[in-house]
Formats: sequence, C-alpha cells, structure tokens
Amino acid sequence: MSSVVSPIRQPLVTGGKTYHQITEDICSPTERMPGTLWFIAFAASIALLGVFAFSVFWTVYYGIGSWNLNRTIGWSWDITNFVWWVGIGHAGTLISAILLLFRQKWRTGVNRAAEAMTIFAVICAGQYPLLHVGRIWLVFFIFPYPNTRGPLWVNFNSPLLWDVFAISTYLTVSLLFWYTGLVPDFATIRDRAKGIRKRIYNGLSFGWTGSAKHWQRWEALSLILAGLSTPLVLSVHTIVSFDFATSVIPGWHTTIFPPYFVAGAVFSGFAMVQTLMIITRKVLKLEDYITLEHMESMNKVILVTGTIVGVAYLTELFIAWYSGYVYEQFAFYNRVLGPFYWSYIGMMTCNVLSPQIFWWKKMRRNVFVTFVMSLFVNVGMWFERFVIIATTLARDYIPSSWSYYTPTWVEIGLFVGTIGLFFTLFLLFTRVAPVVAIAEVKSILKSSGDQYSHGSQGAENEKEAVN
Amino acid sequence: MENQNKSVLFGLYNDEEVLLSAIEKANDQHLEIMEVFTPFPVHGIDELLGFTESRLHIVGFIFGAIGAAFAFLFMTWVFTSDWPIIFGGKPYFSAPAFIPITFELTVLFASIAMVVTFYAICGLWPGKVNPTLDDRITDDKFCIAFDADAHSKEELNAIKLFFSETLAEEVHTKDI
Repeated sequence: MSSVVSPIRQPLVTGGKTYHQITEDICSPTERMPGTLWFIAFAASIALLGVFAFSVFWTVYYGIGSWNLNRTIGWSWDITNFVWWVGIGHAGTLISAILLLFRQKWRTGVNRAAEAMTIFAVICAGQYPLLHVGRIWLVFFIFPYPNTRGPLWVNFNSPLLWDVFAISTYLTVSLLFWYTGLVPDFATIRDRAKGIRKRIYNGLSFGWTGSAKHWQRWEALSLILAGLSTPLVLSVHTIVSFDFATSVIPGWHTTIFPPYFVAGAVFSGFAMVQTLMIITRKVLKLEDYITLEHMESMNKVILVTGTIVGVAYLTELFIAWYSGYVYEQFAFYNRVLGPFYWSYIGMMTCNVLSPQIFWWKKMRRNVFVTFVMSLFVNVGMWFERFVIIATTLARDYIPSSWSYYTPTWVEIGLFVGTIGLFFTLFLLFTRVAPVVAIAEVKSILKSSGDQYSHGSQGAENEKEAVN
Repeated sequence: MENQNKSVLFGLYNDEEVLLSAIEKANDQHLEIMEVFTPFPVHGIDELLGFTESRLHIVGFIFGAIGAAFAFLFMTWVFTSDWPIIFGGKPYFSAPAFIPITFELTVLFASIAMVVTFYAICGLWPGKVNPTLDDRITDDKFCIAFDADAHSKEELNAIKLFFSETLAEEVHTKDI
C-alpha cells in the first residue's frame, strides 16, 4: 500500500485516524439517537413532503388543468423541474465512476453521499414526467410490452421515449453501483450491532465476510460498473437535451445542446453535493473525512463547468446572430430582452459570473462562501432550464398566440414538495447507512492520511527518518 | 457454503503490510492458507494468494452484447415488419434513431448481469448468514485462516509458530 505520493498533495484524511477510528467515526451516527437539529430538519422535510403529497393528489384528481400550462406554453415548471433534478442527479455517478477511472482519491470521502443524492434526485425528477402524462394510472403505456391493442408499440424514434429508457437505466445502474459499495460497509455496522439491528444489517449486507477473493471480485465489479456508468451518465443528459434539440423550435434546435447540458448537469450536481456535504460534515462531525481539500476539488469542478456553461451561452448568442436566420435571432433576443429577461439575468449572474470567485484559492477553501455559492448555482441552473423552456415557448411563430407564464400553487407545491421528498430521503439515509464509504477511505488512509508523511513537513520528517 | 462445522485456526494482524509479508512467508513455508479476510481491498494480495483475474468482465461483455442485439433487432422488427409506421418521412429502418435505446439496454443488461453474477458466485444474498471468525475483521483486523481439521497436530503447531513469527496479534481456533 505504500504507493508513491507527491509530498505536495494535501492529506485527504486528517486527524491522524486509525482504521478503528474511521469505523467509529462513520458508524456512530447510525447507532445513536439523532440530535435535535436532525429532528428539526426531518420535521421540516416531512412537512414539505406533505405539501408534495397534497399537490400530487390535486394534480391527479383534477388533472393537469390545475397547472397553468396553456396552448402556447405546453412545457414549463414541470419540465424545468424535471431537467433541474436530473441534472443534480449527475454528480454522484460522475464522482463515483469518472473519478474512479481517473484514480482521483478525493472521491472516496464524498462518493457515497453523492451517489445517494443522485438516486434521490432522479426519483424526484421522475415525478414530473409521470405526473405530466396526465393519467398516471396508464403510465405503463410508455413501456413496449406485448399488448392487446395490436400490439401497438411505442415510438422508438422519439427522444421522449429515449428519455424513458435513459432515466430508468440510469436509476437502476446507479442503485446497483451504490448498493454494491454499501454492502461491505453494512457488514461493518452489522459486526458492531446487537440483537435485531444485527439481523437487519446482516440482511442488508448479504452476509458479507470480507474474504480476499470477494474483495477482488468487488473491485473488478466496481471498475467495470464505473466504465459502463461513465458513458451512461454522459448519455442521460445528452438524451434529455435531445428532447429539445430534435424539435424544430428556434432556440432549441441546436447541436450545442448535448455538451452544454452535460456540463450544466455536472455543474448543478456538484453544487448540490456541496450544499449537502457542508451540512452533513458539520452535523455528523465528519470534517476529518470531508475536508477543505475535498471542497476545493469540487469547487474547481464547479468553476470549470460553470465557465463551460458560460461559453455555451455566449456561443448560442453568437451563432444566432451569425446564422442570419431571423427566427433564431428573435429567439435569443427574446431570451435576453423579452418578458422573462429577469430569469436570463438570474441565470447569467448565478451560473457564469458568481462562480468566477473560485479563481481565488482563499474562496475555494472558504466553507461559508462555498455554501452560498452552491445555493447560487442551484438557483442559477433552475433559471437556465426555465429560460430554455418557458421563454422559448412563450414567443412562438404567431404573435397572436404569445403568452406569459405564472405557475399555480399546485406547481409551486410540487416543486417545493420534491425538495421535501429529496431531503426526507437524504436525512433517512444519514441515519441508516454510513455516509462515507468506510472501506474505501481505509484503503486510501496509508497514501492520503495526514499522519503518513504528508505536506512539506511530512516529507521532511520522512527524510530525517531515512537519514 | 460447504464449510459447516469446520474447525478454523486463524491469526489476526493489525496492518495490511504485516499481513502481506505474513502471506509471503506462509507461501515460502508451503502452508496452505484456507482464506484471508480483510476490512478493505488490499492491493497485492491477489498475486500472493494466486488468484486468477476475475472473469466478471466476460459476463458483462456477453450480456452487454445480448442487450445490444436484443434492443436493435427488436426495434428493427417492430418498425420494419410488425407495425411499420412512417415518422417524419424517415425510412422504416431508421438505424441512427435506434442507437440511444440500444446503448441504454446494453449498459442495463451488462450491469444487472454482472451484479447478479457477482453476488451469486460469492454466495451472498439478502438474509444469507455467513459465519464470521471475528467481528473486528470488518473493522481493523486482517485475518489469515487455516483449516484446522485438514492438518495434523504437528502441522498446527507449525502454523502457530508461523503466526508468532509473523507478528500476529491474536491467534484463535473457532468452530464454524
């Protein structure tokens, strides 16, 4: 394990931890009664979940007419929220898969929680298309199953159907990847537990023993799943962008959409990881595992992807002008200076200008700035989807059909409600499962623990020891 | 698993590097290690224990290929022979439009098949109770286990000597 590590690398596990302390620190939150803070947060999340349940009931009972969609604007808050949540759901697999392939050790501190977040975000995203079909009890029609209507098949040429396959595959594969990582850690909790908890965690851990052969296969499996998830995660948001890009609406019908959407998804996903991690590390006292080093790495990703998104915004404007195509030019004129100009300003400020603060190392390592920025990015990315979807539809080819969009309370309730659903799931997750991948952190301890020759001081100590 | 009512002699180590050198020494002394248990994947252990490379990727490839063929051929059959419909003036066999779903099903088939195979060949499933030698193996102890029934008394003494020479922290015998 004594791999060669550059002395300028910052430690990823601080506090001079031993293997046992790692187990203790990460398992203990699942073993004690949660604190008041957790209960307050949980009560608030449950309340929002109640709002969600009521809004879903209203939507299903009275139909989509309870939303403010009209003949001009057929997609608005629903699809905005769907794309927003799917985007957030991209960071988990990016961290666990792509960073695994790139051998980035800092992923071990955050991958577990980020993957959990991914799964919960995709669950939230899924609510919107399901509700938007109107008759949710017939939603199984979207799957190509042998039926008595012909059989009449679904349209495999439609990006909306590709979306069904992409999102359901993504959810399934993310769940498998996440759970396979959790199995050895559930075994760790099992071996510390007594009575009924031991039985429950044994069931969850599938009877894991830690045999060397099992570990070998487990690592092989993780690596191949990472290899498969990497193109998968890129394909999912690409296909989401096809929902727009393959239509013939000016402002949507552009080839820049797939990379632009994927960069935006990574951007918003990392922002949500930051929001959650900053709270989690504080509440569960995991500052030694989710360090400033981790936050700085993620802030760098946010800076890069935010800037990519910014370049995409400007490219769109330039190409619209350069194309000489009046409808395209109008679509972008309308985005910047039309009736929804405020959401364009919100998007530009939150997504492009504000992340530039992360050029300064001091800011990248500042917890408060990072937290505020992560909220900014989440808001900005919501505006981006709203700009693309509602603004574009509001001004179509016939000025007599032009319209404006304001949501009803049902739509606001659904949006706020999915935030409740998301946090309820996440808070429950922090109680029952280790939020940091125990085995993976242990496996990097010797190369990235602060007591093992790290930083300039560590290197000097080592030199002395050698002499 | 078949190892019911088996007597196991095992030593616990505190560090993976000590464990690795102990395994090396056991190999030199031609001691037949039954199994090694660790709290996390220890690199370099596979070669020492003579493990061949995992063949899970073959499962992934086969099922990925099945998924790809199934998706592509199914869509082709639906749109060219079962219920041909013209969408947007494109040909019935519009292969580029089949690619996204073909890709998704390739990944889906390969992933599910590999995960199921992994748990099946490891003998792990929900509710399965595997006997554990020591509760600290999933925490911070590294364990080398020998089958005590398969060895004579002298051989067992040699193994105990091996444990003390290789700085095992604890040595126990347990019936599982």
